Amino acid sequence: MKEVTRSIPKVDGLGLILGKPVYTDDLAPKNTLIVKILRSPHAFARIKSINTDIAKKVPGVECILTHEDAPKNRYTRAGQAYPETSPQDTYILDEYVRYVGDDVAIIAATSEESAEKAKKLIKVEYEVLEPILDIEKSEGNSTIIHPEDDSVCLVDSVGYDPSKNVVCKHIFDYGDVDKVLSESDLVLERTYHTQSSHQGFMETYRSATHLDEHGRLVVLSSTQVPFHVRRSLAKAFDMPIGQIRVIKPRVGGGYGGKQSANTEYYPALVTLKTGKPAKIIFTRQENFEAGLPRLPMRLDIKVGANNDGRITAIDLKAIGGSGAHGEHANSVLFATVMKVINLYNKVDAARYRGTGVYTNTVPTGAFRGFGATQGVFALENTINEIAEKLNIDPTVIHDMNMIKQGECAIRFDCNGVKNTGPYEIMQSCGLEQCVKRGKELIGWDEKFPGKQVAPNKFRGVGMAIARQGSGVPYQDMGSATLKLNEDGTFMLLIGATDIGQGSDTILSQICAEAVGIKTEDITVLSSDTDLTPFDSGAYASSTTYVTGNAVKKTGEKMRKMIIEEAARILNVPVRSINFDKGKITIDGISKNMTLGELGKTLLYAQKELIASDSYVCYKSPPPYIAAFAEVEVNTDTGKVFVENFVGVVDIGTPINPTLAKIQAEGGILHGIGMALHEEVRMNDKGKMETNSFMTYKVPTRKDFGNIIVEFDDSYEPSGPYGAKSVGEVTLNTSAPAIREAIYNAVGVRINSLPMTPEKVLMALKNKDRV
Amino acid sequence: MQIKINVNGEDKTVEVKPHEYILDTLRNLGYYSVRRGCDTTSCGLCTILVDGKPILSCGTFAAKCDGHKIITVEGTGEEGKRLAQCIVEEGVDQCGYCSPGFILTVLAMKNELRSPTDDEIKHYLTNNLCRCTGYEGQLRAIRRFLEEV
Repeated sequence: MKEVTRSIPKVDGLGLILGKPVYTDDLAPKNTLIVKILRSPHAFARIKSINTDIAKKVPGVECILTHEDAPKNRYTRAGQAYPETSPQDTYILDEYVRYVGDDVAIIAATSEESAEKAKKLIKVEYEVLEPILDIEKSEGNSTIIHPEDDSVCLVDSVGYDPSKNVVCKHIFDYGDVDKVLSESDLVLERTYHTQSSHQGFMETYRSATHLDEHGRLVVLSSTQVPFHVRRSLAKAFDMPIGQIRVIKPRVGGGYGGKQSANTEYYPALVTLKTGKPAKIIFTRQENFEAGLPRLPMRLDIKVGANNDGRITAIDLKAIGGSGAHGEHANSVLFATVMKVINLYNKVDAARYRGTGVYTNTVPTGAFRGFGATQGVFALENTINEIAEKLNIDPTVIHDMNMIKQGECAIRFDCNGVKNTGPYEIMQSCGLEQCVKRGKELIGWDEKFPGKQVAPNKFRGVGMAIARQGSGVPYQDMGSATLKLNEDGTFMLLIGATDIGQGSDTILSQICAEAVGIKTEDITVLSSDTDLTPFDSGAYASSTTYVTGNAVKKTGEKMRKMIIEEAARILNVPVRSINFDKGKITIDGISKNMTLGELGKTLLYAQKELIASDSYVCYKSPPPYIAAFAEVEVNTDTGKVFVENFVGVVDIGTPINPTLAKIQAEGGILHGIGMALHEEVRMNDKGKMETNSFMTYKVPTRKDFGNIIVEFDDSYEPSGPYGAKSVGEVTLNTSAPAIREAIYNAVGVRINSLPMTPEKVLMALKNKDRV
Repeated sequence: MQIKINVNGEDKTVEVKPHEYILDTLRNLGYYSVRRGCDTTSCGLCTILVDGKPILSCGTFAAKCDGHKIITVEGTGEEGKRLAQCIVEEGVDQCGYCSPGFILTVLAMKNELRSPTDDEIKHYLTNNLCRCTGYEGQLRAIRRFLEEV
């Protein structure tokens, strides 16, 4: 392998960081109309009337649009494959507002000042309704958040029931849980709460629209899912897909947040109504109040174990808050079982009940780790506690019970239907080595469980493991098109979306490896629905694995074409052709040809070489992580400081080790933020209290000690050159490892995230009282 | 009102509103590396150098910059490029959105602090948020840059 497993710099690196105009707002047409949104001050209300007469008189105002002006086609903003499992429960503008910050009117003006001024002059009369703010009070409540009769889900098995505020319901069974639990030596029953947290990407949601010379709608958007945005817009506006073009410029971070279309509809409506270019840029406050943070969850779990340390059964129940719309709730709650319980595949029985519910709070969506993060917190906390109760070292109990190379995952029956599908065998699973190496790196044997380092300072270590997937099997598809230029260089067209993770670079590396050329000889064009082939988008940790396989197939096709064409032109048999590093040579003959010569010969008089192929994944090989946290707890203040965090990650063979490492470090820090600081919080009226970087605490570089990342070198046979995914898995272990480290430092366990100083201090006070 | 500013070595006379922030003035002039990341001067994305000192352009009135020298990342020349190279080689050029503000702050730090420790570097850059990298790689890039110059 020459081009893959090499830490080459990102192909677009220097341009990006030296400020080249590449992001949506830099590329938006100049003199566009500026779009602003009037937002609801109420958590739940029906709009009785809107008076825009005075507002419209503000000079520069082009139009003010209300629910009476917007199309009435229900759609979902969630951007996953088709058929979408999120309910179609959204209008561009609705008669009902369902959270503080919900859209009431769209204002378009020639300047921001005019738009803001007009916004203040719109008079709205609301019939204020009783909201539901608590996820535990939603199901079956007399308040119905979506009373309309045209919200539907395209997939019956999701169990969508808006009359009960239920977005989805999951029933998964494996064996007889009640029986196994009753026969186990120890059963631990716990309840955990995970908070809603925000992706906190630096470039807020934004998009710009205009009509092209044929009258087609062109949308520039900071998105992870351009093809799903196109489909969603087509549905919302009842337009043919061919009339819409979505271009993804460089994206200033996504982490799942931009897996939903959030802004596109507003300028699109303005452009379609006025024929003029328009753009919307969310303020940071809007980004929080109308963004799509992580689903908060209540998790009830029962885990059984025998005295010898064997985990016997897992019974998990989750309620996930979908907020005012049902985006992603179904797939997030699905991940909570599928990417979690299978960490312990040797149990005799397992059960999962998951429910997604509506509330009158900001709609939630995808966030790195998806539902696995929440589920892993519940499961790993409980396993760690069992280890202590049985007086077994946590690393030992993990090693005894966790899934290993060559083993099968559990097959759950779904909704009472027997699962007779194929067994999922772990062809690559380096968990065992990850735990072993992580123990060494943190110095587990010397540090476990903890020690006092000052009168008010205690240190402790804790660990956790996690897994994720690599794309959604039978659903996620990637494609690539590769063209040979006349100078022997190549154009790689991919629908995959580089959102900063470096996929343009690693896909070029995979392509170069497959063709037998240098990565530098490839130019990438990604994510323009008019020009590039289809791709599901950057989510579900799919790009390296799914699109990577598509690129590999395409590159191999191109290699074959090059060899065939060279043999034809040189008039020698195909089998005598050698092709390496851009040079074509022939066995036993001194005749040769460069790729540039071949390109020129072909292009100017014969034919263009274009290879194209797609890949849909039929399995989703999980990446794994074993993580170890060392924390220091101040018993005067309750403050927890992560001194060292070790993550040893199995991502198969890293295509680009440097880029993978940075992604892993970033993911771990997201997890540390979620564990200790970050929280999307509402007051008792549903108004968000954490709507800026002042109140929503993403970690700064002083908020932790060291993050140490290593990769286990495994090889996934189904992945491109042995690769699996890296995007999400690294986030999942931070919170449970830190929680256990806190316990080993000061003897208190916190069951709700984030583990703030207040909660730690309170727990210490309560412990002293006992 | 009219102000005179020097941006990256070029003298400009610009018509600005009294309440206009220098961030918007610069973007209107085509300096797209200057970006707004928050509304509360807490992310550091919009950092520019005014007379060599890093300031937050989203919280500084354009009028206040009258007669002053402004440097954006486009004007950091060879030194900026060298730092950028270190960033790219460490792989911390992820989404790239926070990079211009980050680069300018590091360059200012280099002029202010002599042989800074890791803790001093972290302290100087606390206000420069980055959500992609986890900061560790950025520190490696800064170290590499400082050792080379």
